Amino acid sequence: MLDIQNITVAYHGQPFLQDFSLHMKRGEIISLVGESGSGKTTAIRSILGLLPQEGELVSGDILFEGKSLPEYSEKEMQKLRGSRISMIFQDSGAMLNPIRKIGSQYIEYIQKHEKLSHKAAEEKAVAMLEAMRLSEPERIMKSYGFQLSGGMRQRVGIAMAMTFEPELLLADEPTAALDVTTQAQIVRQMMELRKNHGTSIILVTHNLGVAAYMSDRIVVMQNGSIVEEGDRKTILEQPGCAYTRKLLAAVPNMYGEGYV
Amino acid sequence: MCKEKTPILESRHLNKVFTAPDGRPLYANNDISLKFYEGETLGIAGESGCGKSTLVRVLSLLEPPTDGELLLFGENVAGLKGEKKRKMRRHIQMVFQDPTDSFSPRMKVKDILCEPLENYGLIKPSEKAAKARELLKMVELPEEFAERYPRSMSGGQKQRVAIARALALEPEILICDEATSALDVSVQKSIVELLVKLQREKHTSIIFICHDVALIRSVSHRTAIMYLGFVVELAEGKKLGRGVCHPYTEALKSAVFSLDMDFEKEIESLDSEIPSPLERPTGCPFRNRCEKCMEICAAERPQLREVEKGHWIACHLYA
Repeated sequence: MLDIQNITVAYHGQPFLQDFSLHMKRGEIISLVGESGSGKTTAIRSILGLLPQEGELVSGDILFEGKSLPEYSEKEMQKLRGSRISMIFQDSGAMLNPIRKIGSQYIEYIQKHEKLSHKAAEEKAVAMLEAMRLSEPERIMKSYGFQLSGGMRQRVGIAMAMTFEPELLLADEPTAALDVTTQAQIVRQMMELRKNHGTSIILVTHNLGVAAYMSDRIVVMQNGSIVEEGDRKTILEQPGCAYTRKLLAAVPNMYGEGYV
Repeated sequence: MCKEKTPILESRHLNKVFTAPDGRPLYANNDISLKFYEGETLGIAGESGCGKSTLVRVLSLLEPPTDGELLLFGENVAGLKGEKKRKMRRHIQMVFQDPTDSFSPRMKVKDILCEPLENYGLIKPSEKAAKARELLKMVELPEEFAERYPRSMSGGQKQRVAIARALALEPEILICDEATSALDVSVQKSIVELLVKLQREKHTSIIFICHDVALIRSVSHRTAIMYLGFVVELAEGKKLGRGVCHPYTEALKSAVFSLDMDFEKEIESLDSEIPSPLERPTGCPFRNRCEKCMEICAAERPQLREVEKGHWIACHLYA
């Protein structure tokens, strides 16, 4: 479904993400793990052409359903974004306009991708919020982003991203800013997306526990390159690379030995 | 073993109530009684809005409690003002979550490190360079960092400087408020190891605030779990998470993603949102999200009871 072939991304002309390849099947969940500056966010942002101004895809190709994404025009890309490929961020609330109500932004977004009346779009939005188990969706539609908790905003973000049942969901640290119980809610809902709609998910996270729980395959990155990749079992039980072992050893364990 | 010792810092029935703009009372901390001992770490875990940050502000004398006592070396410091309060504060120092925001970008590391000492008039200008080098060495950073600015350092290095600054006054109590939460896991590990090492050398009492129960458990001698301004469970070391526990602790624990969990089992989570502290439930604060809620939970607020030695739970299930 998605085939990233040896892409290299440069910032200010300096290559940063180097020779990154990823082959993804439908319904698969792949995690990119690694520490700050390892290039994981750059990797998924380059898929949708969402690199910052100074970033540039210098070589390689990204094929989505056999078509080359870097060759898409800006107009074609806009059509693809938010309908067939969606993205959620660490704080999806931050992408909402703070001085407009959530409802009006959600309806505008639906009408941009689908010819629907205001009323039909509103109904669709409410139904999506309900599916995300948000109580009182009508109240949320009338709220501003800052009036919701971080977990609720994140669920609104996921609801919006899932409106058109995208084939691919790109999730950039979707739970990093959340409390543990809220994180568990969001993880469970992402798992349900795959179960119910067969959504493929690329998850970028520094939380190895979440990566291990969610993914079929794990890609470990360091300094802009892939250092190891494999299925979950192999990475967790027989990590080949010293860096992977170091990352795994640093995860606090609920029942393990403590420091004191 | 800790029982015979006298605590350095102790809170007795501490309450902190704010007034919301519409006049309603906001109960941020309710009846908090905790003891902090020399050389020991007390972990405080809980999610956003549970009152941990307010508690930190009260314990560090930044904010007076509404009522209750705060005993530092046996003396009630809750109502102190002005110079007396300032003098007391040097015994309690803090490390914050974001080291970038807690440093002035225009100060060199040596000035950052020596500022607390200058505030209390404990250092001469001629001694600064040597003191900064000594403090950097203590947190395992190269001495040359003294002449640098914080912007040229990594997150982990900055957090080490923050720890060195906090320890410059040789405080008896060090409060770490989510001090490792913004760091990568391997950096987090090295910072935790440094704190543990420094605690062994200096017998500092550490208050470690964090939302990650697994991390808290690994660094703390005792752990308090907070929910909606209440301490709902207090457990010694490894007791947390084993055997009986408060239903909220159970929920926190089951929401931890660890590498040895059962990946086939569906993750459990509380679906509801935490109630606003302005509209806290009567009786048990957790009752409207608790699966095991009984009739008595709405009627009566459960008190902390010792269910086994060193393990306290505020829940009617264990009454």
